[in-house]
Amino acid sequence: MTRQCSVKVLRRRTFLLGAGAAALVGALLKAVPEAQAGEESAEYKAALEALLGHATPRAGGITLDIPDNIENGDYVPVALAVDSPMTAENHVKAIHLLSTANPRAAVATFRLTLLSGKARVTSRMRLAKTQEVVALAELSDGTFLMTARNVEVKVGGCGM
Amino acid sequence: MKKPPRIKIQPSINAGEVIEIKTLATHFMETGNRKDAAGNKIPRDIIHTFTATFEGQDVFSAELGSGIAANPYIAFFMKVPGPGVLTLTWLEDAGTTTVEKVTLNVI
Repeated sequence: MTRQCSVKVLRRRTFLLGAGAAALVGALLKAVPEAQAGEESAEYKAALEALLGHATPRAGGITLDIPDNIENGDYVPVALAVDSPMTAENHVKAIHLLSTANPRAAVATFRLTLLSGKARVTSRMRLAKTQEVVALAELSDGTFLMTARNVEVKVGGCGM
Repeated sequence: MKKPPRIKIQPSINAGEVIEIKTLATHFMETGNRKDAAGNKIPRDIIHTFTATFEGQDVFSAELGSGIAANPYIAFFMKVPGPGVLTLTWLEDAGTTTVEKVTLNVI
């Protein structure tokens, strides 16, 4: 795995060298505004639409705990929590974790039950590059809560 | 899974208590996006589903994608209704299923 990672890095390096100075200057001139735009992949938009249907998510009541800056995109700790009494009348059915710029938008779906007791899940994810990470909670009344956090990634997740 | 998963649960539980269950599986989580040295696509091989049931009742489940880091760590909560056995299951693309059963020590 490590060996394949380094092969990929070398290839990218070769490509960058081959691309030439002209292309590099052009890219640099354009890079700043584009990087700020918070690009969302077509797959992310489709995944979000499929989850939401016609519903409009509300902000608040949901927290996405993730570092603002990460050295290595292979291993990013992430904690999702929703303020919910987790009763039969009012509970969280699922929490979806989405990436706006990974090759695959759907990172994970965590399904909770009344036996969950508490709507909190911790995991570790991969990030291919700097991007917004999105958490979407599906509540028992059919409504949604959503939050997003921008994460700056120095080295993208291997194999993403 | 090459090595058995690690599971961390507090040693004694009061009936009705909400506890955290921490799990760590051993799996490289091959994304399916990488190519080998010859340029051939390496097929996806991940743990795609994790489930937790208590005495036949669903407690928690997760559908995982390739965006979950290698050696998937999943920690979740459970309201323990009483003594019983918690069954944790990991399903892999390659067809392997890993099942671990933990007897909850309710005092």
